[in-house]
Amino acid sequence: MNRLDSKLSMAHFYIAFGAIAIGGLFGLLQTLVRSEMITLPPSLNYYQILTAHGVLMAIVFTTFFIFGFLYASVVRTTGALSEGRRRSAWIGYWMMVVGMILGVIMIMLGEATVLYTFYAPLEAHPLFYVALAMIIVGTYFGSFSIIRQYNHWKKEHTGETSPLIAFMAVATLVLWLIATIGVVLTVVFQFIPWSIGWVDEINIALSRTLFWYFGHPLVYFWLLPAYMAWYVIVPKIIGGKIFSDSLARLAFLLFILFSIPVGFHHQLLEPGISHEWKFIQVVLTFAVIIPSLMTAFALFATFEMRGRSLGGKGLFGWFKKLPWKDVRFFAPFMGMTIFIPAGAGGIINASNQMNQVVHNTIWVTGHFHLTIGATVALTFFGISYWLIPHLKGRILTKQLNGIAIYQTILWTVGMLIMSGAMHFSGLLGNPRRTQVTTYFDHSVASGWGAYETGMAIGGSLLFISLILYLILMVNLSFFAPKGQEAFPIGEEAGESLNPPRILENWKVWIGVAFALILFAYTIPIIDIIQNAPPGSKGFKFW
Amino acid sequence: MHKLEKVWLMIGVMTLIAFLSTVGYQAFASGHAPPSDLTKLDPEKVEETPPFDEPGLHQIGDNEYELIMVLQSFGFTPNKVEIPQGATVKFIVTSVDVVHGFEIAGTRVNMMVTPGHVNSMTYKFNEKGEYLILCNEYCGIGHHMMSAELEVK
Repeated sequence: MNRLDSKLSMAHFYIAFGAIAIGGLFGLLQTLVRSEMITLPPSLNYYQILTAHGVLMAIVFTTFFIFGFLYASVVRTTGALSEGRRRSAWIGYWMMVVGMILGVIMIMLGEATVLYTFYAPLEAHPLFYVALAMIIVGTYFGSFSIIRQYNHWKKEHTGETSPLIAFMAVATLVLWLIATIGVVLTVVFQFIPWSIGWVDEINIALSRTLFWYFGHPLVYFWLLPAYMAWYVIVPKIIGGKIFSDSLARLAFLLFILFSIPVGFHHQLLEPGISHEWKFIQVVLTFAVIIPSLMTAFALFATFEMRGRSLGGKGLFGWFKKLPWKDVRFFAPFMGMTIFIPAGAGGIINASNQMNQVVHNTIWVTGHFHLTIGATVALTFFGISYWLIPHLKGRILTKQLNGIAIYQTILWTVGMLIMSGAMHFSGLLGNPRRTQVTTYFDHSVASGWGAYETGMAIGGSLLFISLILYLILMVNLSFFAPKGQEAFPIGEEAGESLNPPRILENWKVWIGVAFALILFAYTIPIIDIIQNAPPGSKGFKFW
Repeated sequence: MHKLEKVWLMIGVMTLIAFLSTVGYQAFASGHAPPSDLTKLDPEKVEETPPFDEPGLHQIGDNEYELIMVLQSFGFTPNKVEIPQGATVKFIVTSVDVVHGFEIAGTRVNMMVTPGHVNSMTYKFNEKGEYLILCNEYCGIGHHMMSAELEVK
């Protein structure tokens, strides 16, 4: 890849690695505190490092890694960025970096111990909200650069189908652009004026609804880049073919449609929203199962076709033929496997009644450590094992690959232990986001201790795995032998049919997305605004 | 589309419809909708607003009670309640400050408590024991201290 665009992607990856290093350390500290193995020094508060962990992992690591990967994918398939687009990308990068530094400073100064979901009326320093806004606006510059690059390619290749991975990158950004409308509205028009003191009160129900309008598609913004790797890159790594180009595109479009108008399933237990509207959004939430099943089918079809072509016999013989010793396949495959129980947990969380048992218990923390912390993270690890050397003109040697396999196993086992313990103790009522406590020696709480020890064991394995990962990343960036590591891009199986044109008619899909959003949100939001109770002033309870 | 893929998606869609019908039936026909109280009040005037001007346990029928509770960082008012076995209790709660959670560990009693809103749900206590009421939404530095006791005798 050309040097200038490699540099752009790598700049994003360095930040992502820094974020996961510090965020991971804070995660370890939390498990050790909750299992009563350590106590934090008075200068560090549990909720402060919890806030930092959330911001660094869920916002900084993900967003920077994703943009680094999207730039590389688009450049690989559509050519070098034009100078203007590259400049826009760098402007976005620096805005995100400044926003991130400002946000972390506010958290470490103890001015923003509001957790990364920053629910009002806990009120952080205005600069914390400004920092969040800067990160998001920064991503708009990056999105602009990628979407323009894609449009330019289409103009120069009239009548041709766009490269699948570039199409997926654009779909991911379309989802991101529509989703962030909610958080931008609440941060700019509610949180910033209120925290500065321009207005005295904030509409709580509105801020929460706008937040979750964004909060759910946010998880699909993390997941879709992993799906890009599963659909396009993994087939090439195993020497197979993409099952169907058109179905892959359709799956991505369906994710855009069904991941946004569904935020109420995070607010099922909330007052002020009628249960009929909650149910409508629950139905829309479950529609996302359809593209998920399509994805599962396509991936396993690719695996089976490849395994059989290598001579795998019988119902499951093909399974053994897959390249288990290649971390570029093994890490994302572990991610996919974990996504099966993780997805089942998600169905429980979004169900009207079952949610009642697990809502805000540590079950939920266990759930998203399986989805983002294992499925997405393992796939991202798998990507970085070939992408970093590809960008730096080095190679993933056999020896490094061996350590990487070991790192993947440690991460998988650690996450299963930690998340498993979280799920089980959540069912007993153990709350999430809570400093170690006995609730004044209450007998109910005394049953949670063993699970918290399990979390610390899992957390420790994860931290060892993280250190291995960071060592490998430094090695692949600066010390691994020079050479050409491939950027694998799969091809479609069988006769390449041109996908139906409607699949690239963005006006149609964005139109349908907005129609669904208006259907799911207009009446409830009008009600939340018109029939609002008196708003809340800010509180700083830390 | 591949034939097996059609079968696969068909099974998926049928399961989905069966599942959603169950969830919908429970919500609309069996009355197990999640707590979605639409009552509002001024969060700064909770103490003057009925029923929160008299927090506590009130008998409203034969072994039927209303428990009016006010949540505040970092405690519940009242914070110790006794009820007889088999009692049906309607919990009516609100917050005077930030967002809290109202959870009775080990039961399905679980709801969000947001300022300006009243939330409520009903639960029947068939088993004796010392139940733990706790706040399950981060509400500040003493969040992990925020709890109350409910004894079923």
